[in-house]
Amino acid sequence: MRFEIIMPGIRRKRRELYSKEICACSIFGAMNRDGDRFTGEGVMKAIANMRVRGNGLGGGFAAYGIYPEYRDYYAFHLMFTGKNVVAKEAAKKEFEAFLSSKFDVVSDEEIPHDDSVPVSDPPLLWRYFVLPRYGGEGGDGGYGGDGREVGDWGGRSEEDFIVDQIMAVNTRIENAYVFSSGKNMGCFKGVGYPEEIGEYFMLDELYRAHTWTVHGRFPTNTQAWWGGAHPFSLLDTTIVHNGEISSYGTNRWYLEMYGYACTLQTDTEVIAYAADLLMRRQKLPIDIVAKILAPPIWNAIDRMNEKEKKLLTTLRMVYGPLLMNGPFAVIIGETGRMIGLTDRIRLRPLTAATSGEMFYISSEEASIRLISPHLDRVWTPNGGEPVVGELKSARKVLL
Amino acid sequence: MKSFVFPEFQIIRDEESCGQCRGCERQCAFGTHTYDPAADRIVSDESKCVGCQRCVIFCPKDAIVVRPSPSFYRPNASWSREKIEDLKRQAETGGVLLTGCGSDKPFRIYWDHIVLNASQVTNPSLDPLREPMELRTFLGRKPDLMEISSDSGEVEIRTELYPNLVVETPILFSAMSYGAISYNAFRSLATAACRSKTYFNTGEGGLPFEMRDEFGRCAIVQVASGRFGIDAEYLNTAQAVEIKVGQGAKPGIGGHLPGEKVSASVAETRMIPQGTDAISPAPHHDIYSIEDLATLIGALKEATNYEKPISVKIAAVHNFAAIASGIVRAGADIIAIDGLRGGTGAAPKAIRDNVGIPTELAISSLDRRLREEGIRNRCSIIAAGGIRCSSDIIKAIALGADAVYIGSAALIAMGCTLCQKCYTGKCNWGICTQDPRLSGRLNVEIASMRLSNLISAWSHEIREMLGGMGINALESLRGNRDHLRGVGLYDWELDVLGIKGAGE
Repeated sequence: MRFEIIMPGIRRKRRELYSKEICACSIFGAMNRDGDRFTGEGVMKAIANMRVRGNGLGGGFAAYGIYPEYRDYYAFHLMFTGKNVVAKEAAKKEFEAFLSSKFDVVSDEEIPHDDSVPVSDPPLLWRYFVLPRYGGEGGDGGYGGDGREVGDWGGRSEEDFIVDQIMAVNTRIENAYVFSSGKNMGCFKGVGYPEEIGEYFMLDELYRAHTWTVHGRFPTNTQAWWGGAHPFSLLDTTIVHNGEISSYGTNRWYLEMYGYACTLQTDTEVIAYAADLLMRRQKLPIDIVAKILAPPIWNAIDRMNEKEKKLLTTLRMVYGPLLMNGPFAVIIGETGRMIGLTDRIRLRPLTAATSGEMFYISSEEASIRLISPHLDRVWTPNGGEPVVGELKSARKVLL
Repeated sequence: MKSFVFPEFQIIRDEESCGQCRGCERQCAFGTHTYDPAADRIVSDESKCVGCQRCVIFCPKDAIVVRPSPSFYRPNASWSREKIEDLKRQAETGGVLLTGCGSDKPFRIYWDHIVLNASQVTNPSLDPLREPMELRTFLGRKPDLMEISSDSGEVEIRTELYPNLVVETPILFSAMSYGAISYNAFRSLATAACRSKTYFNTGEGGLPFEMRDEFGRCAIVQVASGRFGIDAEYLNTAQAVEIKVGQGAKPGIGGHLPGEKVSASVAETRMIPQGTDAISPAPHHDIYSIEDLATLIGALKEATNYEKPISVKIAAVHNFAAIASGIVRAGADIIAIDGLRGGTGAAPKAIRDNVGIPTELAISSLDRRLREEGIRNRCSIIAAGGIRCSSDIIKAIALGADAVYIGSAALIAMGCTLCQKCYTGKCNWGICTQDPRLSGRLNVEIASMRLSNLISAWSHEIREMLGGMGINALESLRGNRDHLRGVGLYDWELDVLGIKGAGE
């Protein structure tokens, strides 16, 4: 396996004047492991039950399996912001010029929404179903994250190419943000309580998914903006996160070395990119990824058998900069999988539960019981120990 | 020739308390105090006093005070007392002014203009007495990413790994050679390093044969331009090899250990004839370019069977970040940077006080440079030069260092008072001397315990500060400038440090 190190498209200012948003939150996830699809009504009810964990400054949903008719196309959800309609339209025009130079667009439309729901300052929301154009077949192949032309995908994968284009849009096109980019899935998010955002996007009526993850937000920074809401996503990986990453600066520089431009002003972004780097690009199994993001303490490692000790020591040595320090609980969504993980000393709550084919992860047990009163099993995972729900199976992964 | 320089220090003796025990006379190797039997009192020649405070601390009656002389030349902003006296000394001797220790000039100390973060509300601060607080650090090259194969639960590491040093606290003892410092001081550093699970650096004077078995496991051995004391066993007994290119106190300058300091034991360790001057040339005469350095790194890796990380120590000078990037590409696993305030046993004063850049700025530039080039994980950075306390260390790490070297701080723990007379070989504290009467004053057991105590105290403080920031592993602070803010700095300084101003 060869990994090319690419630099972010934009050189950072020498002085690191980014600001990190701090927030507490509620998170919820529901998955039907048989793959039966259901509307967003239940998860909206569940997250509304944790209303006091948010403050109305951000909510969002990730839904898997919602675009079966376009299952082979990347679904880009775009947010065009700006002071007025003209600015938003200008950003859209600029984005579309960029998009058509790299991609074939098979369909695009405004993301349906209910204007009667009171949300503050919604951006122009649009979705595009696209396929990347191959370099050798009529397209110019796009450019890498560092701005250099690459005749084809430069020996890298199609997905790397897509990621590069997303990074390019998010760093270079002012007022345009790709906030969802996977196949047969989509993110819906904005400023408001999550149940309001759900109503705004009419998730209880228009979409049926086999996996939903939801987020309600309590940012301590009041300058809420639509792009800053959760989930964060890259391709089909989505993150909803409760907590604060104290290692943000360290995680950020490490990810930047691998071409991830952190532009969204939030620490959740680094988890999304770390997940992308480790799970998609490196194809590491989730139990290994959990040991990188939330490794056991040295005291525990030193007592393990030689083989485990060597593995975990090496992981900490190599991936020390990806240790997510500080309190967090996350739900990572992927096509066919939903993973819950807390920091290694479990400073944020997370409860998992199963009921028949349904698998739930939530900040609070009450929300699960609200929509599914009869549970087969309810448990609280240990710090740093991932809980994984997979289509057709759920297992508690222990290394 | 009558010297026109008046004494630097004034010695005040309380004649009532003084019992004429002649302790001060014995303590002072410079001959400051003498007993006058006719008058039955001690007389002091202030012109000989170096202000090392040995007699003050060891006077059983606390009868002595040594303080800066109140005499003065007519005050003049341009012609300070130091400038006038230095000039007079040179007029009297015609020589280069020598000095010891790190620069004492008032260059801005950035450590004192940087403040740390702490958790409030949104993120719990952690109590290191109750929660794990991990300082373990790996020094050396890391692979870009790891490849792992996992077949049916069996996980195998398939990536080639590189040798790394493991330290339980990010504090290492800086290079101080046997010859420059006394055997007892050298052995104290080695003993403390092994006890505190860290490393000492032999400096360029070799590793005495009888110490190799016991202390090789916590030694970093140096290969410097004089190539003293190097044989295959020397390289292989240690855990890492450091090529010394430069030193913060005297960038661009070699070393000169005078023949009178080359005792039989020093001669054997350095593998040179007894009593001959040990001269380290300014450059390595086999390194005139980066490719020559790559050759030496390769040769040392070959000689140590690719089992030891190779460090390259350079002085922080103007364009050093680009040079360091080349050094990483040349194969170095560790870069040690030594800043403007780094110490020395002897250096020309003009060099010590005028060449190089501050460590704080150097760490940040180097870390940024290597990150921008995507090669930060190919090497570790050890920062040296002017580290005085635990908060300096934690700031160094947040600016991007992996660990620090302490030199002066370690000597102070053993008794040094920074009198800057190391080059005279008459250290009253038994540290920087080869005179058996003086070096015998340093008790290895006591001195090594003082060093271990220092490491332990600083490690505790680092854990406290780390916990306050809500971080429980040091690797999560490395390069994490988020946790630093500048106070009273100019924009360009904040830019170089890569930190925001306080309140920003």
